[in-house]
Amino acid sequence: MSSTMSATTGSARRDVSSAEQQSTAAISLVGVSKAYESRSGDSVLAVDHIDLTINQGEFFSMLGPSGCGKTTTLRMIGGFEEPTGGQVLLYGDDVTDTPPNRRDVNMVFQSYALFPHMDIFANVAFGLRRAKVAKAEIATRVNEALELVELGGMGKRKPNQLSGGQQQRVALARALVNRPRALLLDEPLGALDLKLRQTMQIELKRIQREVGITFVYVTHDQGEALTMSDRIAVMNGGHIEQLGPPKEIYERPATRFTAGFIGTSNILEGTVERMDGGLAVLTMPGEGRVLVPVNGSVIGEHIELTVRPEKITVCAEPPENGCALPGTITEVVYLGTSTNFTVTAADGTEMVAYVQNAVSADTDLDRGDRVWLCWPPEHGYALGGSGNPS
Amino acid sequence: MRHRLATALTPYALIFPGGLWIAIFFVIPIVAMLSLSTMSGNLLTGFSQTFDFGNYANVLSLYHTQFIRSVIYGVIATVAVVVISYPMAYWISLYGGARKPTYLFLLLLPFFVTFVLRTLSWEFLLSDQGLLLGPLHNLGLVPQDFHIMATSFAVISGLTYYSVPFMVLPIYVALERINREVLEAASDLYANKVQTFLKVVLPLSLPGVFAGVLLTFVPVTSDYVSAQILGGTGQVMIGNVIETLYITNSEYPQASALSFILMAALLLGIFGYAKALGTEDVLEVSAA
Repeated sequence: MSSTMSATTGSARRDVSSAEQQSTAAISLVGVSKAYESRSGDSVLAVDHIDLTINQGEFFSMLGPSGCGKTTTLRMIGGFEEPTGGQVLLYGDDVTDTPPNRRDVNMVFQSYALFPHMDIFANVAFGLRRAKVAKAEIATRVNEALELVELGGMGKRKPNQLSGGQQQRVALARALVNRPRALLLDEPLGALDLKLRQTMQIELKRIQREVGITFVYVTHDQGEALTMSDRIAVMNGGHIEQLGPPKEIYERPATRFTAGFIGTSNILEGTVERMDGGLAVLTMPGEGRVLVPVNGSVIGEHIELTVRPEKITVCAEPPENGCALPGTITEVVYLGTSTNFTVTAADGTEMVAYVQNAVSADTDLDRGDRVWLCWPPEHGYALGGSGNPS
Repeated sequence: MRHRLATALTPYALIFPGGLWIAIFFVIPIVAMLSLSTMSGNLLTGFSQTFDFGNYANVLSLYHTQFIRSVIYGVIATVAVVVISYPMAYWISLYGGARKPTYLFLLLLPFFVTFVLRTLSWEFLLSDQGLLLGPLHNLGLVPQDFHIMATSFAVISGLTYYSVPFMVLPIYVALERINREVLEAASDLYANKVQTFLKVVLPLSLPGVFAGVLLTFVPVTSDYVSAQILGGTGQVMIGNVIETLYITNSEYPQASALSFILMAALLLGIFGYAKALGTEDVLEVSAA
């Protein structure tokens, strides 16, 4: 089933090599802004001059807290909001003023927005019927799409006879069946429970791989974005904070916002005392020793760095080399596979360390114990503007 | 144990006041009327139960003209109300924005004036020397024998006028219940505005139209005020006949028989209408 679907869905114009695929821009936003009039009459900038290129066949996520402009941006790509500035390009064509019904993109809505008075077949067939596709072809394609989302044989049911997860998949089939040039998804898994959400994440990724359509995915759930995306745009306050593959976003957050929003981060700051090879050595109160890789010499500069909790080990004695910070354990949370320690340093800074329970020697540590937090310098990352190594 | 008993009795306790009310003021009178409709006699000699079903045949042959007229007026007025009200409800719901409550209030404003007075003001407006026709007659713009009062048009207009809010409100509620993302989805799936309306908005608002038709057709068909004030001898409706038989002529058995025929006809009409629309579907959609 899956092979036939991908064969029929990848129409001729998209039949390009994967190398070319990566270089073709499916969607381009050029200086796109959206201003709203607030109740008090002020103009509020929901999206602030965004420049963005989404490649063909890519799973692209826009991630950020509510009000960061991610949904507004998605709705402008879909044609549901008109930008107050800039251009939206779809495969190079300016579609800024094109209404949604004449744009070759389809949307999966947060509420699924299924037509409650139509059965599942009619829901999925809606777009094809409007596009005047031949009757026989509609039947074939609708059934294929329902098979793809594993809802074969459900065509006669009404939306309210399906579970939330099934409705979600109908919404997906209803959009995909039109073979859009891009699929827009607005927090599609938001209403599902955790377990179903995790299953659907894997499902979505599988479907995206099978049909090869560009997915633009909006979410506030960082786990979701990291799991599925080829690239993530982290958004905040109407602009893009950072854009890159999940690993880069996680390992090398460009800003304090990204570091804090994606996963848990320990953020340290200090003044660079001296350079040690490519490492900046920070002045630390007490016996602490913090080094971080930087570009060039940044002596005297104040820098912020982040260390992920899972990169930190909890030791009884300071190691010979690498970073080490003394502190007192203030919280121990045992999670089965790992233990989370909260350690408060002498200056009051709280640090978090996740220790895998494969090494059981450390698990008898308890609150009030004096310990050292240790990590190799290369696992620290200096935040934006403070001489990041590229 | 006592707690469980209280729990078991709670639903009955809740239904009791309303149930009692309906028993006293609906069931008893209707049984009394049913009994009355087969009696014979007159006011002077008194009425006695003779199970005379001839009353029914009698009133049907005497008043079938007014009966048919009422149904025709009722249907025309109901259709007119739908045609006028749907766009109003649609506009308020989709384009009313922050002013929706104001528009709904304006819609209900006429209710603050009594029903009879509202209809009388129509007379003032439509009579031959009234606000509308007076100047037209004087200027010779319409022939002297042109009237609006005492025409079917006047009666149906009156019926239509005061039913509009009863139609707008349920349609408005049905439209409000439509998830706006569903409309966006239709547009996303290549439907233009007309298609979105015909394929999505209209079917989803039908439960509101259904409720509105019930609220309009029944009172309009049995109405007697509009015909009495705005109509003439040629516009007498079944409601007027029943009123005259009962209050003026004291022909209680005939009036009762006529009332039951009207009731049966309305029920039949409504069930037929529900069947034609597919109530189950309508109920299903309204429950979704």
